[in-house]
Amino acid sequence: MTGLGDTSRIGALRRRFLLALPVIALSATPAWADEPANVLIVLWKWIPLLMSGFLLNIVMSVIAMAIGTVGGVCLGICQLSPRRIVALPAWAATHFFRNAPWLVVLFFIMFLIPFRFTLFGQTIPFPDWIKATVGLSIPVIANISEVTRGALLSIPNGQWESASALGLSRLQAFLLVILPQCVRRMLPPWMNWYAILLMATVLASILGVAEIITLAERVSNAESRQDLLVPLYGFVMAVFFVFCYPIARLSQYLETRADFGRQARTP
Amino acid sequence: MDYLSELFRGLYDTTGFNFSVLYDPYDRDRWLIGMKTTLLLAAWSVALSLIIGLVGAILHQTGNPLLRWLMRVYVHVFRNTPPLAQLYFFYFAVSPMLSGPASGGGAHLPVFGNFAWAVISLSLLQGAFSLEIFRSGFDAVPDQMREAADALGISRSVQLFKIKLPLAFRLCLPALQGNIVNSIKTTSLAYAIAVPEMLYAANQIWSDRVNVVEMMLVMLLSYVALVGLAGSGLSWLERRLALPGFGGR
Repeated sequence: MTGLGDTSRIGALRRRFLLALPVIALSATPAWADEPANVLIVLWKWIPLLMSGFLLNIVMSVIAMAIGTVGGVCLGICQLSPRRIVALPAWAATHFFRNAPWLVVLFFIMFLIPFRFTLFGQTIPFPDWIKATVGLSIPVIANISEVTRGALLSIPNGQWESASALGLSRLQAFLLVILPQCVRRMLPPWMNWYAILLMATVLASILGVAEIITLAERVSNAESRQDLLVPLYGFVMAVFFVFCYPIARLSQYLETRADFGRQARTP
Repeated sequence: MDYLSELFRGLYDTTGFNFSVLYDPYDRDRWLIGMKTTLLLAAWSVALSLIIGLVGAILHQTGNPLLRWLMRVYVHVFRNTPPLAQLYFFYFAVSPMLSGPASGGGAHLPVFGNFAWAVISLSLLQGAFSLEIFRSGFDAVPDQMREAADALGISRSVQLFKIKLPLAFRLCLPALQGNIVNSIKTTSLAYAIAVPEMLYAANQIWSDRVNVVEMMLVMLLSYVALVGLAGSGLSWLERRLALPGFGGR
């Protein structure tokens, strides 16, 4: 996502720093080297780079949430299937991936998916950030599956019965009567899971994806200033807070307003 | 045990599935150290997060507006920022500021090592969740309890510790169970600051042996087993401490 431009910028800065070093050592007041600028001014300079990293976090979270929602709803429906051969594997997969740590699942996917596919003689590249997105979507699938199951179970049987009394087929009843009611119930926990997912996208930095935390580390290497670290990491946390806090409040509001079922928020 | 290691050595020789942790003593030791570190991390962070949550909820109960506001800020900050960013904030930004006694060569030894910082960061994170749970537990204690205690002339502080706390603790056990399970899962983050826990050990083993798939399976199963054990232990505790007259029992 962040291409050559950023690394060369950091490289240039590092070179400038190295050039400045002997001068600082020789003279107490360097004539041309940067004055030890205020940390906040230094941070200000890096904010566009950091925000470009955050954009990748957003993109990853949106794609992973889309995969997670579609997959999770399907898996949740499968969990309630009357056929045991469908319900049992769905139940097992849901609980397995709900109990596995995100980072471990992420490692699993990062190592097991090749970095490119060859399909019909054509090579499709599969960059790290897409692999990380797939890896992050798996715990979301498992958790949304549980949310869906809970929502489906919260619909009274009478809804199914009255739908069939009106002559709707089972599929029609599900799509036209049951699912719309589930959406309302699922919305607050779904929003919570989105916020959790957005915060989890920083895990991709451990596997080398150039998102906001990775860029923050590069900035701290480039500047190598001890006093920059607190504002730098503080800024990263603040960016996430600005995004996640309103989501949390809105979800809380929707939950209390409609008195939906309780859904524990987990990291 | 010998039979088992022979079995897995045989499996490697015949099929190439290299579960080295199950037959090679060196790898097994590395793996067991990893498991021990994960368990220690989990135990420390669960214990500290429960203490933080409890103290926070009691401070919240005192009714002091400043304390209440501080607790709200703490909870919202830790719940709405990425756990990994918190860990890096503590380990890379806060840790250098707390320099300890000078070692030789002018460098300062850090006050806390990476294990301690992982414990601190994870405890503060889970503590924010525990605080919310305990707070809702206190809220769920029926008001008649307070009225009855008032009528009996029991002081407010005794009420808090002898009446509200035991009830609140039991009422929030189911929610705490999820929280403790999350504590165990979140210990894997400590990998990022090189604490030699399970993920770190697995990473070392698969780097040496090139058995990524096998180690991944061992690791996933270990985590699921740990989480399952903790979950069933807590369910047992929940049944033992169940309150008569609540939840349809």
